[in-house]
Amino acid sequence: MDVILLQLLNGLDKGGAYALIALGLTLIFGTLGVVNFAHGALFMLGAFCAVTFNKFLSLEKVVLDPTKTTAWGTPMEVRTPYVEAYLGDFGAWVLNYSVPMSILLAIPVMLIIGFAMERGLIKHFYNRPHADQILVTFGLAIVLQEIIKSIYGANPIPQLAPSAVSGAADVGAFLGFDPGVIVYPFWRMVYLGFAGLVIAAVFAFLQFTTFGMVVRAGMADRETVGLLGINIERRFTIVFAIAAVVAGVAGVMYTPILPPDYHIGMDFLVLSFVVVVVGGMGSLPGAVAAGFLLGILQSFASMNEVKAILPGIDQIIIYLVAVVILLVRPRGLLGRKGVMES
Amino acid sequence: MTSNPTPTRDLAVFVIFAAAVLTMPIWLAPIGAAYPDLLQKFAIYGLFATGFNLLFGLTGYLSFGHAAFLGVGSYTAVWGFKLLGMNPVPAAAMAIVTSGLFAWLIGYVSLRRSGIYFSILTLAFAQMSYNLAYSVLTPITNGETGLRVLQSDPRIFDTAAQSGGPLVSTLFGIEMSGYPGFYFCATFLILGFLVAQRIFRSPFGTMLRAVKSNQNRMNYTGLNPRPYTLAVFVISGMYAGLAGALLCITDPLAGAERMQWTASGEVVLMTILGGVGTLLGPILGAGIIKYFENIFSAFNEHILQDIFSFLPEALQGPVVSISGLFVGEGWHLTLGVLFMIIVILLPGGIMEGVGRITSMVKGGSRKKHQHQTAPAE
Repeated sequence: MDVILLQLLNGLDKGGAYALIALGLTLIFGTLGVVNFAHGALFMLGAFCAVTFNKFLSLEKVVLDPTKTTAWGTPMEVRTPYVEAYLGDFGAWVLNYSVPMSILLAIPVMLIIGFAMERGLIKHFYNRPHADQILVTFGLAIVLQEIIKSIYGANPIPQLAPSAVSGAADVGAFLGFDPGVIVYPFWRMVYLGFAGLVIAAVFAFLQFTTFGMVVRAGMADRETVGLLGINIERRFTIVFAIAAVVAGVAGVMYTPILPPDYHIGMDFLVLSFVVVVVGGMGSLPGAVAAGFLLGILQSFASMNEVKAILPGIDQIIIYLVAVVILLVRPRGLLGRKGVMES
Repeated sequence: MTSNPTPTRDLAVFVIFAAAVLTMPIWLAPIGAAYPDLLQKFAIYGLFATGFNLLFGLTGYLSFGHAAFLGVGSYTAVWGFKLLGMNPVPAAAMAIVTSGLFAWLIGYVSLRRSGIYFSILTLAFAQMSYNLAYSVLTPITNGETGLRVLQSDPRIFDTAAQSGGPLVSTLFGIEMSGYPGFYFCATFLILGFLVAQRIFRSPFGTMLRAVKSNQNRMNYTGLNPRPYTLAVFVISGMYAGLAGALLCITDPLAGAERMQWTASGEVVLMTILGGVGTLLGPILGAGIIKYFENIFSAFNEHILQDIFSFLPEALQGPVVSISGLFVGEGWHLTLGVLFMIIVILLPGGIMEGVGRITSMVKGGSRKKHQHQTAPAE
């Protein structure tokens, strides 16, 4: 029981990341009808917003302290980040919370990138075949990740979670199991909560605002909405930007769990596409459900007991599930009728 | 070129093509590409792209997992060497058969769906093969280290002289590296081109084009497209397997990174760059990409400074540092940019560009032949 619970928890945070990326992909596909292979790159850009923010904050002032000497006899260098030097305790606090704080940077940056991408590139591909859309966004993903690689290098750059939540919680003891059996890092819990919050916000936005209502109407029948005199394209551009922000903040918050490198996006993209297809092309609840489901399945498949029976299952479980789902339920788990059926 | 194919014209194209391939060491010398390693790559990836184009160009099914067949071909070829000896012919034959079987398995499942679902299914299968090759299948694939031939392997058909000699593939006592290796690959490229040309002109090819243009109508006329698409998928997989085997024949080492999905992306890129659905396009695209990959990755700061030395001092610095992003390590950036430009501006690839220029020269009186790449839906 405790083992199952532990795996469930382990799967949830990865599932959260899948769900967030898949949500954005589905939004874009449902509104613009574009298959965006560059969505993983947006996740990666978000992660590098956090890296940039942290780099910027930890610019250091070097002062020689003549009263102390190092082992070599030279005066000791005292390094203090500028923010700490100027802002004192508040600066130290900001530096400590750099990962969650960089969301503030990531949101405007991702909005601009999303907006520019849609207006500059995707717009011209509405009426082109899906194969062309896949190819051009694939090209864009390569370009984005190579730019990041040339700036930040090819090595993963670890980011630290704020010290208040950097430890691990003994969830098991809390729920009445033996202490020390189910230990779960605080930050993953934060991520899970954050993912839930973002998902809820996106759904609330679509469900309870007039803007969201128009977007939903546009997803269902674009032409009629256009005939009613609504400029649906402009709203879809904003939806694209929102999807980019969702992917970006998902990337920001994921950095303490997995140190980002330039191809982190590609790794997530392939899986997210599988998630979208399993959930049902164009179905938002489907994408979220499938994201968590596949995350949990993957974590169960990496249990030693399971691997002993089916070696290597942890490597392929997601793809295997996708193949089976596509063949027995062509529309995906919660797919709508008439969306990309063939 | 596809506007009015006649048997005589096809024959002429084939003869010119064969002559051009065999004389590559001569006419590529001025641009510095006439050394055997690169020429082998031209031939091998040309073959790979030709096979991919049979599937994507004719039926419109965009496979994102073709590298899996390349990898399977490579592994089979190395196992062929290990078990049967260093003769390239049985290794190549084994690779074709295995990758064909593998393609049949994957195709049987994937071809139940079309459009983007097909792309994702093939991608899923390729990623599965890649992950398995790295983890559980290590006894067969030797995991991260890569599979290579060892002196202690059985190699039952090798003579005593061979088994003591260096571990390179040999045919009739000629080592399959350098120029002999290139001519060996070139032979297969020419054969592959001939087969592709025949398929393009055959009733089978027409049937495949019908799948691309309107599958529904095909169904209504009482034809089942599945056997045709499956057949071409298997053929295409065999081409990839053969290309993988040739990679190992010229250099007997197989690694799992050949199966990664970026490798599948590369072959898509070659085909698109050259021209989807044309016979020569994919080979041209493969050649261009491999050529520039080789040239550009070798560039460094010093070479760039030499090139831009004609510029005034103030301009030289920024120009060198900006163009430095695109060469050497950053070669993939160039590739990505090139790829986007081609898809945006010239969906028919270089062959369409050539077509446009010829029709412009001829006064534009003839109607252009458009190569649209609509997915099969």
